[in-house]
Amino acid sequence: VTLADVPLIVVLVGLVAYAVLGGADFGAGFWQLTPGRSERDQAIRDHARHAITPVWEANHVWLILVLTVTWTCYPTVFAAIASTLAAPLAIAGLGIVLRAMAYVLRSQTDSPRARPVEQLFALSSILVPFALGAAVGGIASGRVPPGNARGDLVTSWLNPTSAAVGLIAVASTAYISAVWLAADARRDGNDELFEAYRARALVAAIVAGALAFIGLIVVRQDDARLWHGLTSWPGAAAVIVSALAGVAALGLIVTRRLEPARVVSVIALAAVIAGWALAQRPELLPGLTVSQAAAGRATLVAALIGLAAGSVILVPSLALLFRLVLRGTFAAPASPGQLSPSTRPEPDPRRPASICAVGLVVGALVLVVGDAAWSITVGAALLLVFGACGFAIVARSLASGER
Amino acid sequence: MISAAAAVTVAPAHQHYLFEARQLQAMSFAVHIPLVCFGIAFPAIVVFTEWLGHRTGDEVYVALARRWSKVMTALFAAGVVTGTILSFELGILWPEFMSKFGSVFGLGFTLEGFSFFVEAIFIGIYLYSWDRISPRMHLLSGIPVIVAGIAGSLMVIAVNGWMNHPVGFTLVDGKVTDVHPWAALFDNRTFWHELVHMYLAGYMVVGFGVAAVYAFGYLRGRRSRYDRIALAIPLAAALLASPLQVVVGDWAARDVGRYQPVKLAAFEGLGHTQAKAPVHLLGWYSNGHVRFGIPVPRLLSFLDKHDPNATVTGLDSVPKAYQPPVNVVRIAFQTMVGIGTALAALALLVLVVWWRTRRLPRSLWFYRALVLAGPAAVVALIAGWVTTEVGRQPWIVYKVMLTSQAVTGAKGIPVGYGTLALAYIALAVVVVFVLRRLAGTPLDAEYGP
Repeated sequence: VTLADVPLIVVLVGLVAYAVLGGADFGAGFWQLTPGRSERDQAIRDHARHAITPVWEANHVWLILVLTVTWTCYPTVFAAIASTLAAPLAIAGLGIVLRAMAYVLRSQTDSPRARPVEQLFALSSILVPFALGAAVGGIASGRVPPGNARGDLVTSWLNPTSAAVGLIAVASTAYISAVWLAADARRDGNDELFEAYRARALVAAIVAGALAFIGLIVVRQDDARLWHGLTSWPGAAAVIVSALAGVAALGLIVTRRLEPARVVSVIALAAVIAGWALAQRPELLPGLTVSQAAAGRATLVAALIGLAAGSVILVPSLALLFRLVLRGTFAAPASPGQLSPSTRPEPDPRRPASICAVGLVVGALVLVVGDAAWSITVGAALLLVFGACGFAIVARSLASGER
Repeated sequence: MISAAAAVTVAPAHQHYLFEARQLQAMSFAVHIPLVCFGIAFPAIVVFTEWLGHRTGDEVYVALARRWSKVMTALFAAGVVTGTILSFELGILWPEFMSKFGSVFGLGFTLEGFSFFVEAIFIGIYLYSWDRISPRMHLLSGIPVIVAGIAGSLMVIAVNGWMNHPVGFTLVDGKVTDVHPWAALFDNRTFWHELVHMYLAGYMVVGFGVAAVYAFGYLRGRRSRYDRIALAIPLAAALLASPLQVVVGDWAARDVGRYQPVKLAAFEGLGHTQAKAPVHLLGWYSNGHVRFGIPVPRLLSFLDKHDPNATVTGLDSVPKAYQPPVNVVRIAFQTMVGIGTALAALALLVLVVWWRTRRLPRSLWFYRALVLAGPAAVVALIAGWVTTEVGRQPWIVYKVMLTSQAVTGAKGIPVGYGTLALAYIALAVVVVFVLRRLAGTPLDAEYGP
């Protein structure tokens, strides 16, 4: 592993996180399409609607991270992929917009009038994983050459391998989501929903497994190079790990052990993505190895410093969010806390306001008259600091005046 | 400075639809940027309102913050997806730009990804943990949303500042070498004025925008204490930001004059380099002159160098092929300045009334003016971005790479344009529907169980 490989590992970890977390969201959209008018069918749909809300936005940022790290550290690869695979990426982007509309509708209102619209948007939950999977299939089967839109704009993503990966992606999201939703239902003590989603998880697992097997056969016919990578060390090891983890997950779901099943399912998914990476190694695109594609040392180091610093903030934040979610804090009944107001009297705003006004005028003068870097910094800083103070004073005075 | 002769060597792709590609990008930005304003400014206003509730023990503030937190989350979700579209478009539409310079400015976006993450995490916690964690913890959970909103926009504007004033790399035979990513983004003077200018614009758009909603309600008879406070707090932010924006605008104009003189010349339509250069209000630029405009002698010299006799560089300092489309830039600039000045005047007037009476003006004309000020601030925001982005044309990276060198060679841009336009219309309909329903929900819901 050289410096040039490290950002790629970050990208792959980001992809796994997006496949699991974003995937769980798209899968929830998939189960919202459950047909039927009975009360039970309605409950199944509603469970999927409610599941993802507090973490929806955070889950989608993984995709942003994957994109930005790719374009910073492997700019030519990003350019080649985005220009040749413009169509599936545009479709995925559109689907993400539609999915957001469903989320906004769901989280802010519970309007019966909005339900049909919401269902329509749920269709995008199939579209996005398929389009992104098809794009991955195009890259994996060597149909995206380096350069500005040098690959075929249609067959680069409408081909046997792309179709197989796209379908596997859809099935995986449905599966991951069903496992998550089943575990949530058990936490909430709803046995009927638990059984319903456990059954769905089983079916989805079998379908995803079968599709993965068919996918391997397709790859064998479609792209000898990728087939060779997947069937020889170390790619084959990842494929075997994935298969074993898949079988283990199936067993755990049958025996109703959902928590370990979550973990094993993530391993199965991660192994698939690792297998793809190992099978392609050392090339990112045909004729372009990782070390050839990587940006210069200064950029890689800067990006890795940025990633490390960002992780220091991100990891505890994510841990807090998921702890709150898994504990069910967001689903708990509300119990308002008591406010403990200060008994100090409302201050006269004019005195601090005068100080503020003086600060603002000084800041403005320094900024207008000076031209050196230091005077501009001082001027702008004065304006921002005293502007913020001024806001607090005026807002408080105006609001408390409204009796 | 890098001269045009040293620019990158990329043969322009065969692209019939360069103009459409630019329009598609512009539309995507125009939808995203007002939402960004809500990411920059709204969290601070909402958390401040919640803090007032804690401070005074008055439930009305908490109810207001609770209602606004729902609006904030809905708009943030729209911001997340429109931002995702932009990331896709950078590669789909401008692959050569990403391929050549991703290693120089990409760091900004990588860091922005993290602020985006933090904002998304804590906005979820803030919205869904009302009454489920202690009031103090809840207030604290809003702080990272404020910080991340600022940090995220900072990173993206750093990239834009770099496009306007590309530093931190060397071109050797058209190839990018000797990259200094930190210096490219942050050791770059044009970035700082853009940041502060955009930051204040965020407070103007959100402040006047939210106040406009409640001013409209006021005119229609919704005048409860809750409604009046809901108008006053965001308005206070806009009252402070608008006059400051004039000062920051002056700083920005001087920096543009120094680093992008041709862009400044396009602001005014100054055909030829000259001393004592005037500004023309209104009018139309054609063949090196502004026709039918009202001249203000020496004003451009004064704006550019703070010296009414200074010499200002004209458009003819570069060949015609390297001049931006002057009338678009000029009209956008005058729109921004005109609206900005009017809003600053309105703000100063209201501040004077507040100073003397400690309340808002009572006249219905004040509320009518606020209803106009909200949309006007958004128009000024967009006009400002048109000014700086179109003013940089024909360059995507100023004096280094032409937009026509950056564009994709793929077909189908008009199809993407039409589809995305439809999707954004649908998104707008959904957001408006949700906000209207929220506005129609009885307030009891916000006073806890």
